[in-house]
Amino acid sequence: MVAKMEKATDLLSSPQSLFSLKSLKLKTKQQELLIRISILCLVYILAFITRLFSVLRYESMIHEFDPYFNYRTTLYLTQKGFYEFWNWFDSESWYPLGRIIGGTLYPGLMVTAAFIYWVLRFLRFAVHIREVCVLTAPFFASNTTLVAYFFGKELWDSGAGLVAAALIAICPGYISRSVAGSYDNEAVAIFALLLTFYLFVKAVKGGSLAWSLASAFGYFYMVSAWGGYIFIINLIPLYVLVLLVTGRYSMRLYVAYNCMYILGMLLAMQIRFVGFQHVQSGEHMAAMGVFFLMQVFYFLDWVKHLLNDQKLFQAFLRITLTCAISVGAIALGVGTASGYISPWTGRFYSLLDPTYAKDHIPIIASVSEHQPTAWSSFMFDFHILLILFPAGLYFCFKRLSDATIFIVMYGLTSMYFAGVMVRLILVATPAVCLISAIAVSATIKNLSQLVRTKTKPTQGGSGKGTTSAKTSSKGALDQSLPYQKNGAIALLVGAFYLLTRYAIHCTWVTSEAYSSPSIVLAARGAHGNRVIFDDYREAYFWLRQNTPSDAKVMSWWDYGYQITAMGNRTVIVDNNTWNNTHIATVGRAMSSYEDEAYEIMRSLDVDYVLVVFGGVTGYSSDDINKFLWMVRIGGGVFPVIKEPDYLVNGEYRVDKGAAPKMLNCLMYKLSYYRFGELTTEYGKPPGYDRARGVEIGNKDIKLEYLEEAYTTSNWIVRIYKVKPPKNRW
Amino acid sequence: MTTTTTFRLYLLFSFFVLFAQWSPVLSDLLISKLDRKVDLTSQVVRITATLKLENPGNDQISEVLLPFPDHQAKDLAFLVATTSEGKGKTKTSSSSLPIKVVNPEGLPPSLTWYSVTLLKELGKGQSLTLEVRTAFTHALRPFPEKITQADIQLLVFQESAYYLSPYAVNVQSLSVKLPEPKVESYTKLENTKFSGSEIKYGPYENLPPFSYSPIAVHFVSNKPFAVAQELVREIEISHWGNVQITEHYNLVNAGATSIGEFSRLEYQARPHLRGASSFRHLVAKLPPRAHSIYYRDEIGNISTSNIWGDSSKTLLEIEPRYPMFGGWRTSFTIGYGLPLKDYLFRAEGKRFLNISFGCPMDEVVVDNLVVKVILPEGSKDISVSVPFSVKESRETKFSHLDMIGRPVVALEKTNAVPEHNQYFQVYYRFSNLSLLREPMMLISGFFFLFVACIVYMHADLTISKSSPSYLAKLQWDEVQSALQQIQSIMNHCLGIHDKLEASLRDLSRTGDVQACKAARKSADNMLKELSKDMKPLLSFLQSSPLAVSSYSKVEELVAKEKELQEKLIVKHTTVTDSYEKKSGGRDIENRIAPIQQKITALRQEVDDLLEVIDEI
Repeated sequence: MVAKMEKATDLLSSPQSLFSLKSLKLKTKQQELLIRISILCLVYILAFITRLFSVLRYESMIHEFDPYFNYRTTLYLTQKGFYEFWNWFDSESWYPLGRIIGGTLYPGLMVTAAFIYWVLRFLRFAVHIREVCVLTAPFFASNTTLVAYFFGKELWDSGAGLVAAALIAICPGYISRSVAGSYDNEAVAIFALLLTFYLFVKAVKGGSLAWSLASAFGYFYMVSAWGGYIFIINLIPLYVLVLLVTGRYSMRLYVAYNCMYILGMLLAMQIRFVGFQHVQSGEHMAAMGVFFLMQVFYFLDWVKHLLNDQKLFQAFLRITLTCAISVGAIALGVGTASGYISPWTGRFYSLLDPTYAKDHIPIIASVSEHQPTAWSSFMFDFHILLILFPAGLYFCFKRLSDATIFIVMYGLTSMYFAGVMVRLILVATPAVCLISAIAVSATIKNLSQLVRTKTKPTQGGSGKGTTSAKTSSKGALDQSLPYQKNGAIALLVGAFYLLTRYAIHCTWVTSEAYSSPSIVLAARGAHGNRVIFDDYREAYFWLRQNTPSDAKVMSWWDYGYQITAMGNRTVIVDNNTWNNTHIATVGRAMSSYEDEAYEIMRSLDVDYVLVVFGGVTGYSSDDINKFLWMVRIGGGVFPVIKEPDYLVNGEYRVDKGAAPKMLNCLMYKLSYYRFGELTTEYGKPPGYDRARGVEIGNKDIKLEYLEEAYTTSNWIVRIYKVKPPKNRW
Repeated sequence: MTTTTTFRLYLLFSFFVLFAQWSPVLSDLLISKLDRKVDLTSQVVRITATLKLENPGNDQISEVLLPFPDHQAKDLAFLVATTSEGKGKTKTSSSSLPIKVVNPEGLPPSLTWYSVTLLKELGKGQSLTLEVRTAFTHALRPFPEKITQADIQLLVFQESAYYLSPYAVNVQSLSVKLPEPKVESYTKLENTKFSGSEIKYGPYENLPPFSYSPIAVHFVSNKPFAVAQELVREIEISHWGNVQITEHYNLVNAGATSIGEFSRLEYQARPHLRGASSFRHLVAKLPPRAHSIYYRDEIGNISTSNIWGDSSKTLLEIEPRYPMFGGWRTSFTIGYGLPLKDYLFRAEGKRFLNISFGCPMDEVVVDNLVVKVILPEGSKDISVSVPFSVKESRETKFSHLDMIGRPVVALEKTNAVPEHNQYFQVYYRFSNLSLLREPMMLISGFFFLFVACIVYMHADLTISKSSPSYLAKLQWDEVQSALQQIQSIMNHCLGIHDKLEASLRDLSRTGDVQACKAARKSADNMLKELSKDMKPLLSFLQSSPLAVSSYSKVEELVAKEKELQEKLIVKHTTVTDSYEKKSGGRDIENRIAPIQQKITALRQEVDDLLEVIDEI
């Protein structure tokens, strides 16, 4: 749009330029602006449309697990209004405990989507809220490219900004969580994260209260959207600390940090889920410590200014520092001891120590996206950026400023976290893109300058003759020019080749790997045709239509959100893993014998049990493969469940050699009920499990307390009805 | 054993009181021959009765009464009566006769009466053949009501072996057609024959009015029992060339309820035995040029559908997400677009839509059918014509870019069967100009957006006009405009220089020294004026604190330009002088060569400086 305007003004000014040809020169600036804006517009559109692969390949639908919860809450928000949403007690999940939705979620995403929806409605666009939710992530990804441009411009120059915008628009690390339909907190959070950082850097650069205020609001938006705000509230103090240590303390920094911290903290307290954590939780204490440190620093500065005596000041410094440190330490100690300041949470620990979760919190370790990152996924998500990242760091160090120090710190810390947890690659992506953009932009600028300067002097040289002193030095340069020029051209071509490869790789990854909604599974058939397995929705829709509306469904927590959103039925546990004991109870029921499990299910009022089974289709992320986690989590709370009972010589198996407890536990029975009579693959015995490649060990499964209620067409979801208790006489 | 006893009780319960005590109080019409055919091959019971009426009395008869017992009347979905003239093959059936509900006095209250008005009064001794076609929904009851996956579905149908009529019937017969030649039991009366898949009762002769003899047929039927408890059809007209039809179904299998286990294994291995009572798919018969067809439900697209067609129809085979066993429900939406020109016509200054009313699926019975016709925004004078009685109401719907909403005609019909799939018309007035409203709205919206942008770019929105940063910005703007002016003056100067050079070239060609001198004079004057213009600008730049860095450049530029100017004048005078002195070309060249070199160098420097200033 702005580009159009530019064009319009260009057209208007063209008669003038015709009038005098010399005034054409003025247009170079306008041309540059025009090109820049059109590139930005193209990048903006590109970022949006590349994320629409999922709609093209599948359909306009909500993806995966958590987005279904977000969608359900957004629907509630748009139907009932904000007040109802804020005070929503959801009795459909965590039966019989329920969940206070308003107080246990980050409302930023839902409010954003609802706001967009209301605006569109106000403008008389009759859109469905689902479409808004599906397209929220691409829309915010587009906005992120704009922020990346301005950030890059702030860090380096507008060229680097453009490259950063282009890189982040298609970077797979970001696309993986922002394709159309991936309606998750991260979709808006990355935008908020980058915006906050940009505004803060801007505030530090100018010492402006206005920018600092803006960054506080950016921080507020981030807090409202995602739990990852912890990263901001720890990175910014760290950055301030580094600036203090390296002697870059300035009034600008003082203004920016104090305003941002105090206002940001107060604003963040308005989010009910966060509440008073900024003053009460161990994770937020670093920010507070740095805040007090800054006051002490400022105070000392002032005293130093007053006392001209160096010796006196040294003594004063010693006393003040000891006092300040001891007061701080005592306050922290007392706070922690009295329980006012809560200790670090498990998740935070597991970030600092990657092995912590494995040993202590199986529920965190059981999630695949919490695993440490493999090298291949770094390569997959970053491609050439992985090589450009160190190069960019080099450029940043070469031109050190407050802003580049920030991006270096952001890059290094987030890279560490990306290595600890797969999902945190997302947080590292903007930093990696920005730093790589600096490398790309600086390199290409240098190279093209080399290529261009060669052509100019040769022209000038021939025109001017060879008398002046200047030309003699240029003549000396001319000697090395052909070689340098060719080298530069070759390097430029190489750089463009790399960037092209990057673009190809990103498009391929987006279309092949990151566009699957994981509700609908697609596979290639024997004749190369596409086979669709829509079993999840089949089962959920069956639940929705053919069970009593107050039926309680027990399943492993992974499917909780989907069952409530798509099946519209009450679940025992869901993906909001807030109550470990409750999940452990379900884990225990799944790993007990049927009669014991029946008691547990009766006590939980369970009407239906849902299991996911991939033995017929070869779908490997089913409940049998997740079963050991159920045992571990169940065993963590109920010691009756012991992991070794389900293993044979430390090996997990489902065939004849499996442990007897394994062969008779509820999960095994429900997964393989009547599976022994089915021939799955030609030339294999009946009961051949294609997901694990073995013939199952217990083919004669009888169910006493449950009956098969529904099994989907590819057996992926199996639903059992819990029979009512028998008459006693 | 228990099953049969309950069954008997069940029949007893619904036994009918004989209406013999009511004597015929009505006209002395006589039915000389009556033939009834009951079709039980689908879930809709269709009864066709052919009555041969005779008027033995003296009065002219114009009305024929058709009574239905209340339990049948509530299931009655469709009733049409036609007369046929002549006999045998030459008979022609006329259009349907008008029927209304009446409440004749002194007749049993548990009957619902319909009165058929004859087109031509029936005189004494005249006869007439009347064909009455009826369709009943929910007249078949599954028995037993609950079956397992492996069971077959059994249905009960109840009727009277004798035609219930206020008139005496001379000869009558009844035949019941079953879907399969399998029957569990049926009431045996005299003259009952069962052959193939047909049961025949009769002929019975000379029965008095209100004769009644209940019969029941208990038979096997695995026909789909798809009942749409609610079907909302939205027909949206767009004058841009499309009729969009969206149908929301709420479907249930109203057959015997399925109980016990559902075994996928058995269903997969022997679907016709272990799942005989279920149905897997439905076929919708859509109009021939239907396009953009979709099939989805609340949680997304349903991929199991198929479509094929020819020039007369488009067939859409839809498969619900799961096989529909008895009592199972599903809901879904199908939508398609149709070309407008096939359905919208003009008549007498009005437009009218002519489109079919009912559900496009032949096997589906609709309990509650709502047809909503959404007319374009701004339609007026709306009227509807439907061939049968419906409940009509008006609504407004807001769609894309609507200001006042689109008028919606909602037509409600209960118990709709495929027989209701008839054309109906909606008449309305609509001006073509209204078509342009929405595009104009969009255009003006964007226009105002751009205007707002332009205004924003040019407006000064600063709150505090005295803040130092604002003042600095103002000053900087002034400096820049001054710089720009200087640049344009410089460019002007350079243009004059070019003119001087051109005059020299003219001189070498024409030898006109005077003209050349004149050119020099005018150039000199212009340059002087320009330098006069330049002075205030330079002094301003000098005074401005923001222009310190650029001022030095500008100063340099001015100095260089001055030098260049001088050199040029020198060159010009030397050349003209030597022309006056008639020196040789070579001589002139030698004399101006050093000046020329300096000029080119200076010109280069001036250009460079201009570029530098341009970048400030």
